[in-house]
Amino acid sequence: MKFGVITFPGSNCDHDAIFATQSCLGEDVVNLWHKDTQIPNDIDCVVIPGGFSYGDYLRCGAIARFSPIMKSVVDFANRGGLVIGICNGFQILTEAQLLPGVLLRNTNMQFICNDVWLTVENTNTPFTNLIEKNTVLRIPIAHGEGNYFADADTIKRLEDNNQVVFRYANPQGEVTDEANPNGSINNIAGIINEKGNVLGMMPHPERYSDKILGCDDGLVIFKSIVNYINSK
Amino acid sequence: MKKFKSEIKITLREGILDVQGKTVENALHSMGIPEIAHVRIGRFVTTEISAETQEQAFEIIDKACRQLIANPIIEDYFIELKEI
Repeated sequence: MKFGVITFPGSNCDHDAIFATQSCLGEDVVNLWHKDTQIPNDIDCVVIPGGFSYGDYLRCGAIARFSPIMKSVVDFANRGGLVIGICNGFQILTEAQLLPGVLLRNTNMQFICNDVWLTVENTNTPFTNLIEKNTVLRIPIAHGEGNYFADADTIKRLEDNNQVVFRYANPQGEVTDEANPNGSINNIAGIINEKGNVLGMMPHPERYSDKILGCDDGLVIFKSIVNYINSK
Repeated sequence: MKKFKSEIKITLREGILDVQGKTVENALHSMGIPEIAHVRIGRFVTTEISAETQEQAFEIIDKACRQLIANPIIEDYFIELKEI
């Protein structure tokens, strides 16, 4: 299968995403530029990586959303193509309204760069199909605006439809207030759209994609994508 | 074609925790000014707009606010417009 990793001015996890998919999994990857107007036809999954696109000016992700490539990302997603947005990528996806809600400033006002533990709430998605139930993943976060917010109706819809994919938890897999690093409603760390083909998550699975990095808990997310595409 | 100047005030909606405002409020209390409460921090944007009429200028800037300058999910915006 083939991944497409987008680089915006200010992206800084694009090469980590390329490392995870190309070097760790041996899959084909092309690097897409924010000024490209088309996503090549042979791309199976678009990765919107972390970073500080356009310096986080105005609001995180607000300017990137109007980059030339984003129009084709929206078309690609609407046609059912897989899109994963990580950290700043998640913020871009909410600004582009491919995912509901918004990422507010962390409640403690600090940029948090730390490992967190995640429960996997839905293992029946293209992004989590190889993860066993009750698995707790250790994945790093690095953000100042990761506090997921949406109105009460949207949260109810997300919960009812099983669209909350990851929640912040303690290492034992208990979802507690203490384990919530940034104030996100219901400890939400990652959500999927209603159709199930667009995932946004604040933690960085690409940074934990090889044992040499200290942990490879994140790799299973990319493996799941490959498995989903190859078994289609 | 006339020229207009817009001044846009963007604030977090009531009910949404403004952590930046809260932090400043706490600092004000530490400074010994406990009288100040409910600090909210927003953004201020000015633009110039070319349009035939004030109504048209308002439509243009209102659309810009809805689509980019503010995020209606969490923010309110207030536009003041005058001809220059």
